[in-house]
Amino acid sequence: MSIDLKTIKHISKLSRISVDDQKAEKLVGDLNSIFEFIEKLNELNTDNVEPLTSVAETTLKFRSDEVQSKNIRDQIIKNSPEDNEDFFVVPKVVE
Amino acid sequence: MLDITSQSLTSLVKNIKDKKLSSEEITKAFIDRSEKSKELNSYITEDFSNAIEKAKKFDQSPNLDLKLPGIPMAVKDLFCTKNLRTTAGSKILENFIPTYESTVTQNIWNEGAILLGKLNCDEFAMGSSNETSFYGNVQNPIDKGLVPGGSSGGSASAVSGQLTPITIGTDTGGSIRQPASFTGTVGLKPTYGSCSRYGIVAFASSLDQAGPMAQNVEDCALLQEVISTYDTKDSTSIEFKRNHYSKELNKDIKGKKIGIPKEYRVDGMPKEIEELWQKGIQYAKDCGAEIIDISLPHTSYALPTYYIVAPAEASSNLARYDGVKYGFRAKGENLIDMYEKTRSEGFGAEVQRRIMIGTYVLSSGYYDAYYLKAQKVRKLIKNDFDEAYKKVDAILTPSTPSSAFKIGEKKDDPVSMYLNDIFTVPVNLAGLPAMSIPAGHDGNGYPLGLQIIGKAFDEQGILNISYAIEDKINFKNKITDWWIK
Repeated sequence: MSIDLKTIKHISKLSRISVDDQKAEKLVGDLNSIFEFIEKLNELNTDNVEPLTSVAETTLKFRSDEVQSKNIRDQIIKNSPEDNEDFFVVPKVVE
Repeated sequence: MLDITSQSLTSLVKNIKDKKLSSEEITKAFIDRSEKSKELNSYITEDFSNAIEKAKKFDQSPNLDLKLPGIPMAVKDLFCTKNLRTTAGSKILENFIPTYESTVTQNIWNEGAILLGKLNCDEFAMGSSNETSFYGNVQNPIDKGLVPGGSSGGSASAVSGQLTPITIGTDTGGSIRQPASFTGTVGLKPTYGSCSRYGIVAFASSLDQAGPMAQNVEDCALLQEVISTYDTKDSTSIEFKRNHYSKELNKDIKGKKIGIPKEYRVDGMPKEIEELWQKGIQYAKDCGAEIIDISLPHTSYALPTYYIVAPAEASSNLARYDGVKYGFRAKGENLIDMYEKTRSEGFGAEVQRRIMIGTYVLSSGYYDAYYLKAQKVRKLIKNDFDEAYKKVDAILTPSTPSSAFKIGEKKDDPVSMYLNDIFTVPVNLAGLPAMSIPAGHDGNGYPLGLQIIGKAFDEQGILNISYAIEDKINFKNKITDWWIK
């Protein structure tokens, strides 16, 4: 298995991180060495093993569906990189 | 004047309770030393003037029943602190000011402690040397040009350099224990679910845990007692009987069964680490513990498993940094272009690498081969520990396969950097508690640590074993204050 430039460009799209050609070349090398190391897992037969999704063997607790934080809009908007007081602002999406 | 900054937390608390020192005196002493220690670059954000105000206020009507009465402390910059910038070591959060407080830090302030500032760390806690921080490298107080370990590198440096009496870090794959080992300090990674993750910037949610870092085991026990609480705001927080760790701390470990896993004897491990391990075994025996050889057969698969699970969770957790609601935003021609440029300019190289690994292993066609496979191996690793704990009460290993390395030495080789965490990662995958205590020095005088791994929820057990062994070791950190002009 090896990761090529095309795969890097694909992953870059999926992860919404733009990469130029120079950065992509470097990532090909880095990811291949990491995946070479990861491939070690293929030595193990795991056909009859249950996947572990959580180490905490507890069932999730239910809580009543009530609003805990009230009137915090101003606080939330405050950290936005661009705002018009009431909304988050993003580049135009509809032509 | 009584030297303040070299005192342990326990001693400072006693001096405050005995009215021999005021909170203001203590706070000013740590601030003064921190001001002289800029070269260590331990802090990202200082909050010194507020700290002095809070200390003065504390002294006006001191509540001496609290567990951390008027004690100043700095915390890793991964914990959200209300109204004080929280960066997670990243450019993307350079201007982020949380509107809420993490549960763990809130617990600390509720017991009377005072925030000094926010400590440097690897970007989003991804790193083993603090070199991935957007805010620069951190120096290890042990020697100039040496990494403090990571990701809680600023925390380890600040405790070791006596810029804070205690601190808290987070540990996803060794980020408390490895830096503790590199700086001659004590660090505890609690059982998964012991300390609330609410308000901690998320890296890998099934692995992340907050924990105490201190100069000694006793201080660690006291801080653990403060931070470990059940919290409904964290859906994986677990309700269990939490001990009064500091009150129940004792050195009597007679008859305790301590396992020595043969798989931790890895190729190329320096002789001095093996010798340190043997010394630790002897100390445990001297304390009356019974030593039992055990096997954890899947140990060598832990790191490859971790490098699937952790990046996968990270790629999902870090999807929220899109330049819309908070944090850095780059200009883009349209929405998608803005997302892609924001993330490309806002995240550093290691974080981008891990997001891309995670995205890949979760992507269509590769999920079963990588992510599902890793979850199955994770089960085998946990089974190893479950089997071992039928025979033993705790496990003793070295904390790291080497002592601290030079800044820049491993920066360009991700796999060699990842190998640092070979002894710490299995514990996170299994959700167990473990601590690192300083146990000796290598030929350069750099500290080396021993790791004590416990059964789930048995923080008291490993604290007691560490306390007993610490007493035998009588470790002294070799700090020369080289950075103070």
